[in-house]
Amino acid sequence: MWIYQKKLEFPINITNPDLRIAKALMAQYGGPDSELSAGMRYLTQRFTMPDDRLRATLNDVGTEEIAHWEMIGTMILQTIDGASLSDIEAAGLGGYYTLHGRGLYPADPNGVPFTASYIQSTGDPVADIFEDLAAEQKARAAYEHIMNQTECEQYLAPLRFLREREIVHFQRFSECMNILKEIYPEGRQNKLRR
Amino acid sequence: MTQCELMTRIGEVQFVCVELNLYIDTHPDDSAAVGDLNSYSALLRELIAEYESEYGPLMGFGHSPMEAGSWVCSAWPWERA
Repeated sequence: MWIYQKKLEFPINITNPDLRIAKALMAQYGGPDSELSAGMRYLTQRFTMPDDRLRATLNDVGTEEIAHWEMIGTMILQTIDGASLSDIEAAGLGGYYTLHGRGLYPADPNGVPFTASYIQSTGDPVADIFEDLAAEQKARAAYEHIMNQTECEQYLAPLRFLREREIVHFQRFSECMNILKEIYPEGRQNKLRR
Repeated sequence: MTQCELMTRIGEVQFVCVELNLYIDTHPDDSAAVGDLNSYSALLRELIAEYESEYGPLMGFGHSPMEAGSWVCSAWPWERA
């Protein structure tokens, strides 16, 4: 089970809100390479990992992703909660407001709702870890694209932290791939089984 | 320490623990890293106990001492500082 800790992994306090960034941040709240995707992907794939080290890595990285999802939600909330309707519309969030008001909803910046089809769990550890490596790189790229859109330190500090976490998680998953090579020296990651 | 300073210190020490924990997941036999994690875990527990005695529970479900209303009414992390 999980125990909630009533704190953020990294401090956030947005007093200089920028609705353009709230819209961009939706990519990481409900988009294909979002923190929500990452958490669901790893916490689902962990069940069929063939080694204690892989199970531990997916369990613990997946848990950290949920804390990152909370950070993204906090940044979006603190940006949108005091915004005027005209500013919301000017930032291209009029459609979002119509459906969700100033509430949080897992959708991407274009309003496409989150779906489980963003993740895969094949039961094949090599395929799954390769997906995880790609996911961390895609999320890193998304963070860089968001950071390119602002010079405000209130957004940049947590975004730098989150971008660095993608790099560390990629490193851990690279080690997982090396462990799989140890376990399956002939590359037979999944013996054919009827 | 003020509440903000103490929370910042908890965040720093907990981050070290998160990093070491993920490292140990793929290097379970690295006894130096395990020793570091145990040292920082002890420090983290001390800081959390100090925080909770002053400002209320950080964790639910029986993991933190509680008084009436102390869990429900203290600020949620998404609220502005």
